[in-house]
Amino acid sequence: MSINIVTCVIILVLGLLAIGFYALLISRNLIKVVVALQILIKGAMVALVLAGNISGKVNEGQSLALTVIVADTIVAVIGLSLAVQVRRNFGTLDLKALTTLRR
Amino acid sequence: MEYVLVVIGCLICSVFAIRARRLLISALWLAGASALVALLLYMLGAPEIAVIELSVGAGLVTVLFVFAINIAGEETFTGPNPISKPLAWILVGIAIVLLGVLVLGPQVSASLSGPLPGFAEVIWKDRVLDVFLQVVLIFAGVLGVLGLLSEAKNPSKEGRDEH
Repeated sequence: MSINIVTCVIILVLGLLAIGFYALLISRNLIKVVVALQILIKGAMVALVLAGNISGKVNEGQSLALTVIVADTIVAVIGLSLAVQVRRNFGTLDLKALTTLRR
Repeated sequence: MEYVLVVIGCLICSVFAIRARRLLISALWLAGASALVALLLYMLGAPEIAVIELSVGAGLVTVLFVFAINIAGEETFTGPNPISKPLAWILVGIAIVLLGVLVLGPQVSASLSGPLPGFAEVIWKDRVLDVFLQVVLIFAGVLGVLGLLSEAKNPSKEGRDEH
């Protein structure tokens, strides 16, 4: 594996983390927040596999990435069900309107 | 060269997933980013994870997004964001610079001895605790799906119960 590929993938990891973090900060829609979390977690997963690749322990990185994928999916399921229930009970998905936590 | 194309495609898909005004379009761009991440994982020598990412990340999660967006509906917001964009850019810049310093610092050198264990051996012998954690997470996901599929409360029935 040449250094160019490693640099290229590190740029992807940093880019995904930056995009996800930025979207997490500026999003007002609850479903958009879940999208931002998905992008963040993808960056972390690629970083784990890359770390396994660099250190020569590909399967170690893969097993950690598998746990991350499962956690990522569950985060999406619970986040989306939370968004659906919030929409039903409060009538909006706007995070700004939900800050009082009152009906 | 192919790595550069995949990386650029993935970043473009992620940016459009964030910038898209309609949530459904956003979910489709996210699926594209997942598919390209799966391709990159395959190219990095992790085919098992690539297959799982493609089926779960690009397939199942996209279906869940479309389902949830259909139930919750599209909504556009006007007015200022809770956090201003310059402040968000500054925070992201600080986080990425700190992470970049950590990642691009001293590289880890490979220290291998003997044959490498296979993926199944690693996950069932070395990482049994992770497997139990995944089982617990899957049960949590089942409860989450119940929350997603549950019906709205019937107000007339609720009123009868109170009397």
